[in-house]
This record gives sequence, structure tokens and C-alpha cells, in this order.
Amino acid sequence: MNFFGFGRRSSSAPVARERLRILLEHERSMADRRDLMLVLREEILAAIRRHVTIDPEKVMIKLDRGATVSTLEIDIEVPNVEMRLLSA
Amino acid sequence: MAKVLVVTSGKGGVGKTTSTAALGVALARDGQNVVVVDFDVGLRNLDLVMGAERRVVYDLVNVIQGVVKLQQALIRDKRIPTLSLLAASQTRDKEALTEEGVANVIAGLRERFDWIICDSPAGIERGATLAMRYADAAVVVTNPEVSSVRDSDRVIGLLDAKTEKAEKGERIDKHLLITRYDSGRVARAEMLSIDDVLEILSIPLIGIIPESEDVLRASNLGAPVTLSNPMCAPARAYADAARRLTGETIEMSIPVDKKGLLDKLFRRRAA
Repeated sequence: MNFFGFGRRSSSAPVARERLRILLEHERSMADRRDLMLVLREEILAAIRRHVTIDPEKVMIKLDRGATVSTLEIDIEVPNVEMRLLSA
Repeated sequence: MAKVLVVTSGKGGVGKTTSTAALGVALARDGQNVVVVDFDVGLRNLDLVMGAERRVVYDLVNVIQGVVKLQQALIRDKRIPTLSLLAASQTRDKEALTEEGVANVIAGLRERFDWIICDSPAGIERGATLAMRYADAAVVVTNPEVSSVRDSDRVIGLLDAKTEKAEKGERIDKHLLITRYDSGRVARAEMLSIDDVLEILSIPLIGIIPESEDVLRASNLGAPVTLSNPMCAPARAYADAARRLTGETIEMSIPVDKKGLLDKLFRRRAA
């Protein structure tokens, strides 16, 4: 997309630099320890599994790594039967 | 019926990943259901070129090892709903890809997509041969330059010998995609011409992508050139190549950018 109108364009190198900075910071930190986001994911799923049986195919996980904040989105389909058991 | 396409070259740096992303976008824009798959285990980059590097949770190797289901590892493009990405793993374990595992993943993708575009790693080792293993067709990316042409010739030989189709005695469709083509240098006889390359490799031409600053810009932004600037010369060349892949007959041309004086001035400053 060319947001910048006819002829003139913004420079793309700063975007490239910023994208690489975020990515490499993450990848270098991965070299000596496990990714925090992945640890969180595993522990959250384990906690849920202690209470209900979840179908691994009904789990959708989305991740967005940002410079200062990352988001981890876990969408789990829990059968209603199990929910009733849980509240009983 | 689903079509598995491998984008390969032998030589590194000729534009496999750029071409995979640009063709994937072009096909998906035409309403096809497309997945682009990064086979470069250990050195993934398709996620970066597609602008999805911050969203990779699971990858091809996780699916092969049964850690997750295929559906969970697919990353849906935020801009084009019919386009998905399956990232490569960053593992250093070259044995992570198995023939059986790749076969299962490809079979699963065939059920979900019209086009499965496999971005091959450079070289002719395991990763490259597995990327082409189950392909119905191949795009051989070649620069008009001696070492690239020579390596493409090796890869064409592999396509005819090491793919499942070839082993069954069937023919694998091979298409030549010439990238980084500079008509000025060809005119000055400083660069191999299209005819030179075609004569040596003798496989049908699917497109000619002109050398352009728009390609670097697209990588910088993480938006394939067919998405970030669909009217620029390389994007139009990729769009035509994509339509030829679907069987359309389009006269071969080398798109050029129309440049005014103002445009030239700004470009020099902005690039």
C-alpha cells in the first residue's frame, strides 16, 4: 500500500530496522532460556487440563510479539458437559 | 484439485522467498486459497518477508513431531483472508524434517488449500529435496548470471529424478522464473539475455521480474511486493506469472515503471 500519495514515498529502512530489532532481541534471548510466552502457554494449558479434558484440536493460540508488550491469546473450546461438572 | 508448487533454485539469494511471497499473494488475491510453507529449517525467513514474524507460535517441525495439529500451526494473513503461512522451525537439527512427516503435512494441506507453495532452502541437501519431493510443479528461480544458471540446471535434474512424480514416471511441470532482470545491462551485453538463459535451461518461461528497488522495499516493510505496491513493475510481473500458473495465457512482457522527472528525484531521496 502506498499511503504517501503520488510520487513521494516514505523510507522503508527504518521500518526494516525496527522489525529486525524486535525479532532479533527475541531470538537472541531464546538462545539461553526458554521463551516466556511459550512457558506461559504450557503452564496455562496444564492448569486448565487439571480441571477439564480439552480437545487439542479445539485450542487456538495466537501470539503477537511487540517491542515492549507481547500478547498471548488462548482460545479454548470447553464442552458444556464439562462446564456443568466443574460448577457442580 | 490442490496443486503443490515448489519454488527452488539451488543457488541462494536469487529470490526464492521473495517470489514465494509475491506469487502467494497474487494467487490469493485472485480468490485462490493459498498456503506458503517455509522449508528452510534453521534459517527461516518467509515469516519475515510476509510480515508475520511476531506471530509465529508453532512451525512445520512442531506439526511433523506431533506437538500440534496442522490447523494450529497455520498463521492466517491479516491482510488477505485466503492466504496462510506455515513457518519453518529455528531448530539446528537437520533431521527434524522426515520424508513421512512432510508427506503427511502436504496431504493435510491438500485438503485445505488450492495452492501449496513450498519455499525451498538453497542447496541440494535434505531440506531442498524434501521441499520438492511431493510437488506437482516447480518454479525455478534464476538470475541471468552464470552461477545461478548452472545451479538451476542442477536443480532441474533433481526435479526430474528425486521427486515422487518423477519416480512414478510422471512429468513434473517446470517453469522458469527469471528475477533481477536488468534490460539496460542486457542491451549493453553486460547480462545474459532471456534467450540465452532459455536456450541453456530449455524449460518454459513463466515470468520475467525486472530488477527493482520496490522488491527491497517490500521486504523491509514485510509486505510482499504484490501487496505493498501492486502497480509497480515487479508486482505486475509477478501477478502475470501467477495467472500463467493457473493456466491463463498472457503474452510475455517485461513490465517497466513509468517514471517522471519528479518521481525520479523523490525516489533517489526516498529509497
